[in-house]
Amino acid sequence: MVECGRHLNIEIHTLSEITEVAGSVGNYTVTVKQKPRFVDMDKCIACGLCAEKCPKKVADEFNMGISKRKAVYIQYGQTVPLKYAIDDSSCLYFQKGKCRACEKFCPTGAINFEDVETTKTILTGAVILSPGHVPFNPGKYDYTGYGRIPDVVTSMEYERMLSAGGPLMGHLAKPSDNQEPLSIAWLQCVGSRSISRHDRSYCSSVCCMYAIKQCLVTADHLPSHATQTVFYMDIRSHGKNFDRYYEDAAEKGVRFIRERPHTFDPGPNGSGVSITWMDKDGGKRTELFDMAVMSVGMEPPSDAEKLSKIAAIDLDQWGFARTDSFSPSQSSRKGICIGGSFSGPMAIPRSVTQASSAACKVSMELASAKGTLTKERTYPEERDVDQGEPRIGVFVCSCGMNIAGVVDVKAVAEYAKTLPDVVFVENNLFTCSTDTQVIIGGKVKELNLNRVVIAACTPRTHEPLFQETLKDAGLNGYLMEMANIRNHNAWVHKNTPEMATQKAKDQVRMAVAKVALASSLRSQSVPVTQKALVIGGGLSGMTAALGFSELGYDTVLIEKSDQLGGNAHYLEKTADGQTLRPALEQMIADVENNARITVMKKATLAEAKGSVGNFTGLIQTEENARTDVSFGVAVVATGGRETKPSEYMYGSDPGVFTHLEFDAFTAGKSDAVLKAECVAFIQCVGSRNKERPYCSRVCCTHTVKKAIALKEMDPEKQVFVFYRDIRTYGVFETWYHKARQLGVIFIQYDSDTKPDVRREDAKIVVTATDPILQQPVAIYADYLVLASAIESSGISGLSQLFKFSVDEDGFINEAHPKLRPVDMSVDGLFVAGLCHYPKPVDESIAQAMAAVSRAGVLLAKTEMKLNPITSFVTDRCDGCALCVDVCPYHAIRLVEYQGHASMQKRIETDTALCKGCGICAATCPKGGVQVHGFTLDQLMAQVDAVLKAS
Amino acid sequence: MGQSFEPVIVGFLCNWCAYAGGDLAGVSRIQYPPNMKAVRVMCSGMVHPELIVKALARGADGVLVMG
Ligand SMILES: Cc1cc2nc3c(=O)[nH]c(=O)nc-3n(C[C@H](O)[C@H](O)[C@H](O)COP(=O)(O)OP(=O)(O)OC[C@H]3O[C@@H](n4cnc5c(N)ncnc54)[C@H](O)[C@@H]3O)c2cc1C
Ligand code: SF4
Ligand code: SF4
Repeated sequence: MVECGRHLNIEIHTLSEITEVAGSVGNYTVTVKQKPRFVDMDKCIACGLCAEKCPKKVADEFNMGISKRKAVYIQYGQTVPLKYAIDDSSCLYFQKGKCRACEKFCPTGAINFEDVETTKTILTGAVILSPGHVPFNPGKYDYTGYGRIPDVVTSMEYERMLSAGGPLMGHLAKPSDNQEPLSIAWLQCVGSRSISRHDRSYCSSVCCMYAIKQCLVTADHLPSHATQTVFYMDIRSHGKNFDRYYEDAAEKGVRFIRERPHTFDPGPNGSGVSITWMDKDGGKRTELFDMAVMSVGMEPPSDAEKLSKIAAIDLDQWGFARTDSFSPSQSSRKGICIGGSFSGPMAIPRSVTQASSAACKVSMELASAKGTLTKERTYPEERDVDQGEPRIGVFVCSCGMNIAGVVDVKAVAEYAKTLPDVVFVENNLFTCSTDTQVIIGGKVKELNLNRVVIAACTPRTHEPLFQETLKDAGLNGYLMEMANIRNHNAWVHKNTPEMATQKAKDQVRMAVAKVALASSLRSQSVPVTQKALVIGGGLSGMTAALGFSELGYDTVLIEKSDQLGGNAHYLEKTADGQTLRPALEQMIADVENNARITVMKKATLAEAKGSVGNFTGLIQTEENARTDVSFGVAVVATGGRETKPSEYMYGSDPGVFTHLEFDAFTAGKSDAVLKAECVAFIQCVGSRNKERPYCSRVCCTHTVKKAIALKEMDPEKQVFVFYRDIRTYGVFETWYHKARQLGVIFIQYDSDTKPDVRREDAKIVVTATDPILQQPVAIYADYLVLASAIESSGISGLSQLFKFSVDEDGFINEAHPKLRPVDMSVDGLFVAGLCHYPKPVDESIAQAMAAVSRAGVLLAKTEMKLNPITSFVTDRCDGCALCVDVCPYHAIRLVEYQGHASMQKRIETDTALCKGCGICAATCPKGGVQVHGFTLDQLMAQVDAVLKAS
Repeated sequence: MGQSFEPVIVGFLCNWCAYAGGDLAGVSRIQYPPNMKAVRVMCSGMVHPELIVKALARGADGVLVMG
């Protein structure tokens, strides 16, 4: 958020609504109505005095009404921009004509009761709509007791109750009597997967996982004898690494009950909730829980319809923005794109991916105007301060209550004043806020500070921000050091505040000692090769190549086989029901006829060198021809494959197929299939087991759609599906519903009650225990289709070449599973499609577009700055060359030079290759090679500072 | 009786794993004793043996290198 707020090419309009979108792609005029804030943004310093003095309390919507906020407020501590606002619907002055307390106390005179609504127009080439979703409100549901039984809460309310920064400070308490709850039940699919009047027929996709997360976090918060119970229909942990998390929860004692409770009553004396359900054996069971959490689903935003009319876009039957499998972020109006969960229920990684794909689509639409209106950040010339005495400024952050709730920040600030070279100390509510940056910059200039210490959170996320601030103030960004008194202190030493305060002082002392020895560092620039390499020519790879070409970059696409298209050749329809073939053929033709795309078939990458912006490689084709290639970025889209099962008579019985085989077999609607009386499917074959402890994500939907096709071919055909959980997440749920309506019979099994399969004359007999009938059932099928697992393909060699990381299941790791879902662990490499994780066509395409968007950020520059944290050679090097061999990046060479009397030797380091790991520095016995920003002196100064207890 | 013994531990934490793990411990609110003071390094391979020897010689009760 902070980055967004600081970005030069992003303008934020808060309290604003669009009222009209006129024009067409490339030339839209958007009318925006901005509500009055009643607080002057330029003057507000977010000191919070107004809110402290405001007498009017109202329910705090951010905390789901569990706590109160004032009529003048900020929604939460990290809001961007961090500026207070008056809510005129509850303000006493607006409602009753008198008060104006805030005005009296505001130290900067920022309150402005005369503020009025304004209307502006914004000229823009394209629009991205990302209004998200809202949680389902179970108030309409009377049977769960929500609203009637105090200890029944929604998952959103519970999330705030669990949050350490929330209204209960993470100390769970029952709403009825404030006692710690020791037994909590979750009810899944509240408002989802039901066609009753108030509900939504789709699956909200995210609630199973958040419920499991809440169970595990709850277990950490409560004594070990506390219990967590989840009532569910299917557990849908279909995302990357999600099944492991689910298994882990079950192992840790979370009780999962596959039943739908039907009665919720208040517990004795109105405390707790008594839940009744029908047990497997048909018996009625009632249990008393201290609390029940409703896992509510997602709904389109309440004003989705209004927004769709204003933007003139279509909504789907549920009120989400209509998009298309082949262009998953494109709305029905050209130039208007959809980002995130406004296009359907989805979790964070997919929302982020979807939003990046919308950014890609917009860049493609506006490619001809690229760069014409962008602003570049310029900095004042840097002061040369390396020689002078250190003058250190220390800024100690309260982080709202995050730090100040545990660490005595005032005492830390006082202590910092006593440290050598420190000339200024200040405590801020949020040191990272935009306003504090102005303050820091001002102090640097006013007091001629030449080093800065920020005692706040982690440099891993916030260092760039504070470096910018220094640069804006004419100081080199590397003259700053952070003391991590939040993540490494306040958050982890809650129970020992005195020791935490002491440690914070130690941390500040260490940072001061280090920064005093810091020197200015400058990054070298290297030219960027403005070309892309795409590895793999399936739907993902082709989408990426077309995207790059539209943005104006030449692309080399290499495909291992002799044809483009990958798995899509074997699929009949996309998950949303569109026929694939025509679109696939069109796409292949577009790629092959594109002047900017060089397609190389029967080709693989044999060598790769270099780093982001400047890779080179060698492509090898089957005929042994070798071609050099240079590229600035690469997208890895090597896809996946359906595995061959090793059970259920696969391979030995001609009636047993995998999905893709059965699709091919039925493609011609052969007589055999027409005549078949009964077809059985077994799910999770090779998935969700020891060998592959993950869910293959697409097979449930694939099965359900095939089952429908069979029923539609002949309603008399019997179709049985043996499953563990049906994972038709999101709107795919409607296919599942349709299949059941058409009479497809679903029989549940568990990992230890797998079905048995044998051949009896003309039939394949599948036996299993029906959990509803509690009896063995035997199905006599003509064909048995196995939903076999999907594996990644083609990445082991590549991961060696580029040294990128791959997870335990063989899928490519992303840089951050939630926030950077298409960046890989190696800078300049991006991932799309099945090689990242199994996913349907629309998600593969969205990910490929997101990869183009992310890679496009790098390709747009003609040169790129290198990280200056690299090794450098000192006078003490005598050419012993001990370091040369230990460098894992081959960045060190031994060179000869003419000394006073004779030829001498010393080493030279290559800044472009050096990653700054410092193995050389630790190897050298003489301090002949060091790492900028982490010199031996600096590290030693920190060690000494630790030992010099205050 | 004096105070109970509180060891002083110098930790060298690799920016990419152990230090990041420390950040995550914070986000997850995992509680641990405050005795270790972290020196962030860009790789545990950066920790010169001399740093460890000197830390111990100058009074550290323990040194942790995590990476
Ligand atoms: C069994 C199965 C069932 C599916 N069912 C559905 C469904 O019902 N609905 C739906 O929407 N989606 C379904 N999918 C998913 C869908 O097929 C994919 O999302 C989509 O085809 C995108 O794939 P891709 O481009 O990522 O990979 P792929 O289609 O696998 O393409 C990867 C390409 O890369 C090439 N390659 C591999 N390694 C290298 C290398 N080292 N160098 C160069 N080239 C290489 C391969 O030859 C291949 O052409 C299913 C997938 C499978 C496997
Ligand atoms: S099955 Fe779907 S709707 Fe039901 S709780 Fe799980 S994710 Fe939510
Ligand atoms: S059949 Fe496939 S999608 Fe369904 S639960 Fe099993 S592995 Fe997951």
